[in-house]
Order: sequence, then structure tokens, then C-alpha cells
Amino acid sequence: MAHLSTTPVLEPGQDKTLILNMGPQHPSTHGVLRVILEIDGENIVRIMPDIGYLHTGIEKTCEAKFYQQVVPLTDRIDYLCPLTNNLCYVLAVEKLLGLELPAKAQWLRVLMNELTRINSHLVWLGTHAMDIGAMTVFLYCFREREDILRLFEAASGQRMMTSYFRIGGVALEPPIGFFDRVRDFAKRFPACVDEYENLLTNNPIWGMRTKGVARITAEDAIALGASGPTLRGSGVDLDLRRDAPYSGYENFKFKVPVSTGGDVFARYMCRVQELRESNAIVQQALDGMPEGPIKADAPKVVLPDREKMKTQMEALIYHFKIITEGFAVPEGEVYQAVESPRGEMGYYVVSDGTAKPYRVHMRAACLANMQTLPAMCEGKLIADVVAAIGSIDIVLGEIDR
Amino acid sequence: MPVAPAVTDLEQLKNHPAVARLLAWNAAAVVGAKFDREEMTVYVERPFLREACVLLRDDSDCAFNFLSDVTCVDWYPSEPRFEVVYHLFSIPRKERVRLKVKLSGDAPAVESVTSVWPAANYFEREVFDLFGIRFTGHPYLRRLLMPEDWEGHPLRKDYPVEGYR
Repeated sequence: MAHLSTTPVLEPGQDKTLILNMGPQHPSTHGVLRVILEIDGENIVRIMPDIGYLHTGIEKTCEAKFYQQVVPLTDRIDYLCPLTNNLCYVLAVEKLLGLELPAKAQWLRVLMNELTRINSHLVWLGTHAMDIGAMTVFLYCFREREDILRLFEAASGQRMMTSYFRIGGVALEPPIGFFDRVRDFAKRFPACVDEYENLLTNNPIWGMRTKGVARITAEDAIALGASGPTLRGSGVDLDLRRDAPYSGYENFKFKVPVSTGGDVFARYMCRVQELRESNAIVQQALDGMPEGPIKADAPKVVLPDREKMKTQMEALIYHFKIITEGFAVPEGEVYQAVESPRGEMGYYVVSDGTAKPYRVHMRAACLANMQTLPAMCEGKLIADVVAAIGSIDIVLGEIDR
Repeated sequence: MPVAPAVTDLEQLKNHPAVARLLAWNAAAVVGAKFDREEMTVYVERPFLREACVLLRDDSDCAFNFLSDVTCVDWYPSEPRFEVVYHLFSIPRKERVRLKVKLSGDAPAVESVTSVWPAANYFEREVFDLFGIRFTGHPYLRRLLMPEDWEGHPLRKDYPVEGYR
């Protein structure tokens, strides 16, 4: 593993190399990522990502909030898949509490989570293609993304920072006609994916920019902690939805797309296939959506319905107690991992028995995936760095937290 | 709904592959173990951490080849103050285990596992940055998220949540 050496000490000017800053404000870094390149002509000698520009100390903030107040913070970590963050956090707290969820809440969560995955992959595909020079795809992708954001708005009242999942269930019953709208979307979406693929998959320019570019082997990807499509693009068959099911994913049938190329094109193929698989899961969730309550029967943890709160004394008391004092969570610690669109997202929550978490740590998939960048780019051309960064699908909010 | 109580008796847990391997290798390296909420935690003595990681990665019964996460918990003001937490995952066996090392509040340091899993590079830098734990043998132990010239380690419990320090 000597070639994965982590000593990025860049010293300028040994005759012919040059230090070049890419970012922090650079359109292809998807946020505020600074990449320090040591270049020899057009070739990269060494590359060092410099992160932290978006650090907001969310983990510290969580320690000062009640458990239920952390949910809106998790939205803001990875703003492309807020619902996946919500899901991971609430699953961790529910595991600490030992809460059992009704089937409908679980299925709703799967449905929304897969729509989020499609949403996130659409943003990735649009921006990644635009970075490499295929402008049109961006417009196509954002057309469908708009539909999904409208669905989120219908269900939760918010387009992006949804906070839809709550500890012990979901916030609201979806509005009348919501499932029909989702069904309509799921029906026409495969044709949209065909459209994107028509523009890219067999496009010779796309092929030249992506095939054989930024290669990484399976061994290196595992050693560097990569997960998600970045790992599956190198031929490692790992998907936590199938391998460590949570929130009722064991009830769904789906394929895990794997490509063996290890290059930008392989990761592209993985994600595009995932769009189709996620859409299939959405359809299964719609077809099998069970009836029943959307919240667990745990009055001390779950806020009562508005109607009950106004008519029943007991519900009013619980409501008041949860809002003003939170709820105590038994001592213990939990690491809950879910498959986010970018890879393994994990929440490590430690409780000391009070109403505020003692420690919340987020394992950011992007942070680990980012470490593969030097292995992908060293010795290659500057132009390929843009393709490599795009293919890892970074979200700086998640990396810096 | 109540959570089953945690099992902390090493005798009952010694059949778990990770615990069994570590005990067979060096009984002094394992301080304790805990099975709570379907999750396995092994407390490792500080000097043996890196070798224990190599063993868990290479042993065919364990095969914890994927380092999910490294983080830390500050138990200020009690001693030992810090717990460095390693989450390992086995891709072939789809299983997780958590390793923990306890460190005193006075100049906390532990051996780096970057030579076992290069993935530890950023994770350890983050822990160093936010908690001030030194990882000996880390090739590039610098602040990761905070500015280079920042004073203090924000995730320590004696660091205020708001206001100036």
C-alpha cells in the first residue's frame, strides 16, 4: 500500500513543478473545495484536497439540542439528500429508545428515501455532465428534479430542508392524491433516464472524457474507505440496503448495479442504473403501501396529533412536556449506517440518559470518498481532475459539517 | 419496547469471532467487551491497538477489511477522559464491530492506524483537530476542518457551545 502514501507535503519549485490552487471558488468543485495541485506542465505530480471551508460545527450544536431538535440540523449536512440524513439519525435514536415502527411509516420512509436518491443522482448527473462539457443534460435532469421537489413540498411543506422523518414516525400524513402524483412520476421516469442515456452513454465525446479516466482498483478503494457508487464502480458488490437492511428494505426486490471498470464511466453507469432501480423501489413501495398509523405508539416520545392535543388533556400534557423538556433516552451508544446516494452514511449517537444527546457524530461518506482523489488523479492530466471530482459526487456540506 | 440490558461479561461474549481472536492472541490486550442493542464493542488496551487492528483485518474469521469511522467521545470531567472509537466493517461477512480505547485527559495519544487502513488519514486528522488527540505515527497530523491557526479543540466538553472563548 505504499502507493497510497498520505504525505501530501507540497514543496514548490524543484525546477519544473508548479503549485496551482483550484478553488475554493471554482465552478467544478461543487461548493467550496480547494484542491492544491502540484503540476508538471499538464501532468499532476501531487494533489491535495483542502477542506473545511463549510465547517459549521453541527456536531457541537447537536450536543446542545433536544433529540427531536437535531432532526432539522441533519437536513443541512447533506443538502442533496436531506431525507437520507433524517432517516439515519432517527433510526439511530429509535434504536437507542428501542422503538418499533408501524409498517406504513417504514414504507413511507423507503418511498421518500428513494425519491431523494433519484433527486440527488439527478443533480449529480446534471452538474457532472456540465463539468465535462455536456450542457444539455443539466436542463433535462433539473426538469425531473423539479417534479420531485414538488412532491417533497406536497408531503412536508418544504422543497429541500424537509425534516419529514421524525423520531417515531413521519411528520404528516401525505396529502390526498400524493400517491397518484408519485405513481405518475414513477411511470414516466424510466423514459427520462433513457433520454439522459441517449445523450451520454454512447456519445463518443463523453466516452473519451470518462473511459479509462481516474481509475481506482477495488483494493485501493476499500483501503481508502470509499463506499457507495465510488466503491461499486470498482467492482465491489456492497450495498447496505441489501446487506444490512434497515427500515424494511428487506421487503423490496432490487438489483445492486456494479461495474468493474473502476473509472469515471463505471461510476457513471452505476449511478444511472441506480436511478432505474430506485424508481423500481418507488413503484414497489406504492403498490404495497400498507394501511395504518404513521407514528409509533409512544406518547412520551412522539408528538400527539393536533386534533387530540386540542381535545384531550393527557395529549396536551405530553405535547407540552416533549416541547419544553424533551424526552430522556436510555444510556447507551448506537452506530447506525444507511446507504446514502454517496455511500455509507453513519450516525454515531451516544446517550447519557438525559434529553440531549451526549455526542452525535456523522460518518460522512464524502469525506472518506474524497481520500480516493489523490489515488485517482496522480500522474494524470489536469482536465481529468474535474471529471474525477464530479465522479466522486462530493457534497461539501457533508464533508465539512 | 424496553431495550434488553447490555451484556458486559467477557465470559459470555468470548464466542464472538473478534473477541475470540483477540483473546487467543493476547488476553492482556482486551480490557472488556459489551454487547448492547445488537452491537458489539471491544475495549482494547492502548499499546495493543494497532496490532489488534492488523489482526482483525487479516484474520479470515474476522476479515474486518473496511474502516467505517474513527471518532472520539469526551467524558470530561471523569478520568480516563477520552474514548477513541473505531467502527470496523467486514465486507465479506457484512458484520460490524466497534473498538474503543480509553485515554487520559493529560496529553492523550494513541498509535495511528493509517498503516492498517489508509482511510484513517482524514478520520484521525478530524479527531486530532476537534479533540486534540495525538495519533503517533500519522504521516500528516494537521488540522482538517478548523483553520490552521485555531486555538483549542471545539468538540471537547470544556469548550463553550456559543460565544467567544
